[in-house]
Amino acid sequence: MLTLNINGQDKQFDIDPSTPILWALRDNLNLTGTKFGCGAALCGACTVHINGLPVRSCVTPISAAVGQHITTIEAMGDDRIGKALQAAWVRHDVPQCGYCQSGQIMSAAALLKTNKKPNDADIDSAMSGNICRCGTYQRIREAIKDAAATLA
Amino acid sequence: MYIKQRNHSTPALSRRDFLKTGSAIGGGLVIGFFIPGATRFANAEPAPNAPFAPNAFLHITPDNKVTVQINRLEFGQGVHTSLTMIIADELDADWSQMSAQLAPAGDAYKDPVFGIQMTGGSGTINHSFTQYREIGARARAMLIAAAADRWNVPHEQCHAAKGVVLGPHGHKATYGELADAAMAQPLPQKIALKNPKDFRFIGKPMPRLDSRDKSNGKQPFGIDFALPGMKVAVIAHPPVFGGKVAQYDAAKALDIKGVAGVFQIPTDRGGSGVAVVADGFWPAKQGRDALAIDWDTANVEKVTSADQLAQYKALARQTGTVARDADVSALATAPKKIVAEYSFPYLAHTPMETLNCVIDLQQDHCTLWVGSQFQTFDRAAVAATAGLKPEQVTLNTLMAGGGFGRRAVPTSDYIVEAVHVAKAYRASGKTGAVKVIWSREDDIRGGYYRPSHVHRAEIGLDDQGQILAWNHVIVGQSITQGTPFASVMIKNGVDNTMIEGMGEPYEVPLKLSAHTVTANVPVLWWRSVGSTHTAFVMETLIDEAATLAGVDPVVYRQKLMGPKSQRHQAALKMAVEKSGYGTRKLPKGHAFGVAVHESFKSVVAYVVEASLEKGVPKLHKVTAGIHCNLAVNPLTIEAQVQGAILMGLGTTLPGAAITLKDGVVEQHNFSDYTVARMPDMPRVEVHIIPSADPPTGMGEPGLPPLAPAFANAIAKLTGKRLRSLPFNLENA
Ligand code: FES
Ligand code: FES
Repeated sequence: MLTLNINGQDKQFDIDPSTPILWALRDNLNLTGTKFGCGAALCGACTVHINGLPVRSCVTPISAAVGQHITTIEAMGDDRIGKALQAAWVRHDVPQCGYCQSGQIMSAAALLKTNKKPNDADIDSAMSGNICRCGTYQRIREAIKDAAATLA
Repeated sequence: MYIKQRNHSTPALSRRDFLKTGSAIGGGLVIGFFIPGATRFANAEPAPNAPFAPNAFLHITPDNKVTVQINRLEFGQGVHTSLTMIIADELDADWSQMSAQLAPAGDAYKDPVFGIQMTGGSGTINHSFTQYREIGARARAMLIAAAADRWNVPHEQCHAAKGVVLGPHGHKATYGELADAAMAQPLPQKIALKNPKDFRFIGKPMPRLDSRDKSNGKQPFGIDFALPGMKVAVIAHPPVFGGKVAQYDAAKALDIKGVAGVFQIPTDRGGSGVAVVADGFWPAKQGRDALAIDWDTANVEKVTSADQLAQYKALARQTGTVARDADVSALATAPKKIVAEYSFPYLAHTPMETLNCVIDLQQDHCTLWVGSQFQTFDRAAVAATAGLKPEQVTLNTLMAGGGFGRRAVPTSDYIVEAVHVAKAYRASGKTGAVKVIWSREDDIRGGYYRPSHVHRAEIGLDDQGQILAWNHVIVGQSITQGTPFASVMIKNGVDNTMIEGMGEPYEVPLKLSAHTVTANVPVLWWRSVGSTHTAFVMETLIDEAATLAGVDPVVYRQKLMGPKSQRHQAALKMAVEKSGYGTRKLPKGHAFGVAVHESFKSVVAYVVEASLEKGVPKLHKVTAGIHCNLAVNPLTIEAQVQGAILMGLGTTLPGAAITLKDGVVEQHNFSDYTVARMPDMPRVEVHIIPSADPPTGMGEPGLPPLAPAFANAIAKLTGKRLRSLPFNLENA
C-alpha cells in the first residue's frame, strides 16, 4: 500500500509500486485528464507537476512520488497560472482534437512559473517536448504570451 | 480520406425525409430524419443515457436548451461547433443555448452524399450544410407556428430572434416555452432558407464549443471511457503483417498482479496474436511484455523497403495502366528535358490518442464506445465478427484525439480485434466490458500506412520552356483494392486515390499511367490521400519548368492554368499579394517558394519563406490564400490550415518515414518516427477569399501544397531540386 498526495488529497494505492503515475491516475482514480500518448517520455501528453516541476508521468513510478505533491490538470483551475492559461486557451481557441492540451497546459504552467515573460524562443524550448499532432502550436504560443500578460 | 461522390450536387433533402420524433426524455421538440424502410421507431436502437430518439438531429427542451446531434466524428476538425452554428443560424437561436452531441451509429446519420455514416473526404460541411440548415429552418417554422396559435395571431405577424418568438402585441415566448407545443405542429410543407446576408453565425469566427473542456481535462475521449468492473486489454501483434502464433507461454504473464486472462485471438490479415486482459493498462502491458511467443511468419510476404524502392523504380521506367492519355511523341525531339524520379515512404498517422475501443459483449447484444470515423462499416464488422445482427450492435461515437484517416478503416481492423478479445474473454466464463488500448508502438508498427510511391516524369520543353509533352508514371499500392470502395474508386484499373491531384489545374499534354503493386503492408488514406504525393510532384515540376523557362514561377503558373481555374487564380493571387512576394525584400539567405493545389474541392495556395540553417531547411513563414467557397467558420478554417501546414511540414523532416526490413517495421515510437514539434512551426497567416457559393471542405486541403512550396524555396537557395519526402538534400 502506497500513499500519494494528488491535488492536495492523500490517496492509497494497492498496486505494483512500479506502476507509472499516469496509469494510477487514470485506471485507479479515474482522473483521466492526464493523457497517454507514447509511454516513453517522448510526447508530453502525460505531464503532471511534482512539487511544481513538470514530470512525464508515463515513466515515473508511483514509488518515486511517495511524500511528494502531485498536481494534475484537474487542479490547474485552482492555480493562478493554470487558471490564466486555461482562460487564454479558450480565448485563443487553441484546442483542436484537444488530446494533447492537458500536457501542453502543464508544461506551459511550469514555464510561466519560472519565466514571467517568455519570448518565442523560450516557449519553443520549454514546449518542444509536447507533441501536438493537430498543429495548434501557433495558437499555443499566442495563448502563453497572452496568459503571461494577464498575470503581469 | 476521399471517396468519390455518388453524384455531384448535394441533394436537397425532400420534406418527407424529415420527421418529428418522439420519446425524448424531458419533452420538447425533436426533429429527426425518416429512415427508409423503417416505421417510425421500428429501428430504434436506444443508446444508453442518450435522451434522444435514434434518428434525432435537434432537440429543444422546455428548459430552453438546444442540443444538436452531430452526424460525424469530432476529432479536432471542429464540426461539433460548425454544424451547430449552421442549425443555430437557421433556427435563429441564441448561441448560449446551443450544445452538441456526437450521434451513435444509425441510418439517419449517414452522409447524405456518400450514403454511409463516416467522417472523411473533407465532406462534413460540403455535404451536410444544406441538411443542417433545413433542420434548423423547420424547427423555427414550427416554433413560430406554435406561438402564433398560442397568441391566436397570423403566423406572418410572428418572427423569431435569438431564441425567442415575438408576436404583434408585445408577445414573447422562449423556444423552451414553445417546445412542447411546437412538437404538436405539423412539419412544415415548405420552408424558406435564410438569405446568406442574414446569417448571424455562419461566416463569423465562432469559438469552439469544446475548447473549455479541452483545456481543463474534462473532455472525455474514447480512451477515457470506463464502465464498472471493466478490464483493459493489450494485444501482442505478429511482428510481420499476417504472421501467426506458433506457440506461446503465458505463465509469467499470468503471475503478474492484476492480469485476469491471456487469450490467443485472430488478428488482422489472417494472422493471430495474444491478448492480455488485466485490471488496467499497466498490468496488461507488463503481462504482454512477459509473454514468450514463437511466431510463424513462414507463409507471409516480408517486405524490405530498400528492395521495394528498387522494384518501384524499375517499374516506373515502363508505362503502366493508362489513366490519362496524351500524345507525348514530342519527347523524342524536345530541345529541353526534365527527367525526374520521386520517392515517398510509408507514413503512419500517429494521432495523439492511440487506437482504442471499449466493448461490452453480451449474449444477444454488443455495445461499443469508440472514436470511429466509419460507423456504418464498423458496426457491420462487429456484428459479423460477434455473430449478431447489425441491429444488435450499438456503437456510440466518442470524441477522438485525432485520426487523420486511421479511424476510417474498411476492414475495421482494431475494432474487429477488440471483438475477438471480448469473445475470448467471455468464452472463458468472465463477464463485463473490455477496453482494448494500443500502445504507441502498436500504432506505429500496426500498419494502415499512407502507401509508399515512386513517380517518374519525363517532360519535354521547347526553347521558351513551354511544356510540349509530359510522360508520367506512378507506382504504388492501391488503397481501395479489395474494399467496398473499389467499385467507385478504381477506374479502368487505376485507383483514383493514387493519381488524384495530377494534372490539374494546368493545361499540359500529360500522359499518366500507374502500376498497382501488391505488398504485405496494409495501406490507408492519410490526411489528403493521393494529394500527399501528387501535389509535391506537380508543384515542384511546374516550378522547375518555370525556372527552365526563365519565367517567374507565379507568372508561369498563372499562364498555364486553364480558364476553369478561377479559384486557383484567386487563391494564388491572394497568397502572393499578402506575402509580399516580389515586393518585400527578404533577409539574406531567405527565399520565397510557391505552390497551389486543389483537393476535396478546395484550393489552397501557399507562399512560404524559408532558409537553410546550418545546411538544414528551415521554414519561417507561410502565407495562405484559401478558396473554400463560403467559409462557415473562419476560425476553424484557420486552425485546420495551421494544422495541415504543420503535418505537411512533418512529412519533410528527417525520420518521417516508416521503413521495413524483412517484413518488420523498423520504427517504434516518436524517438525514431519524426513528427513536427513546436520549434518547427512557422508563422502562419491565413487569408480566405470571400464567397457565397456552397461551402467546400477544409480538413485536408491545407496539407498538399506545403511541402512543395517549401521544396521550391530550398531549390531557389541551393539550385537543387528535392525529389523525395522526407527531404534529402544529399540526394537532390
Ligand atoms: S505519454 Fe508520457 S511523454 Fe508521452
Ligand atoms: S490538439 Fe490534437 S494533438 Fe494537440
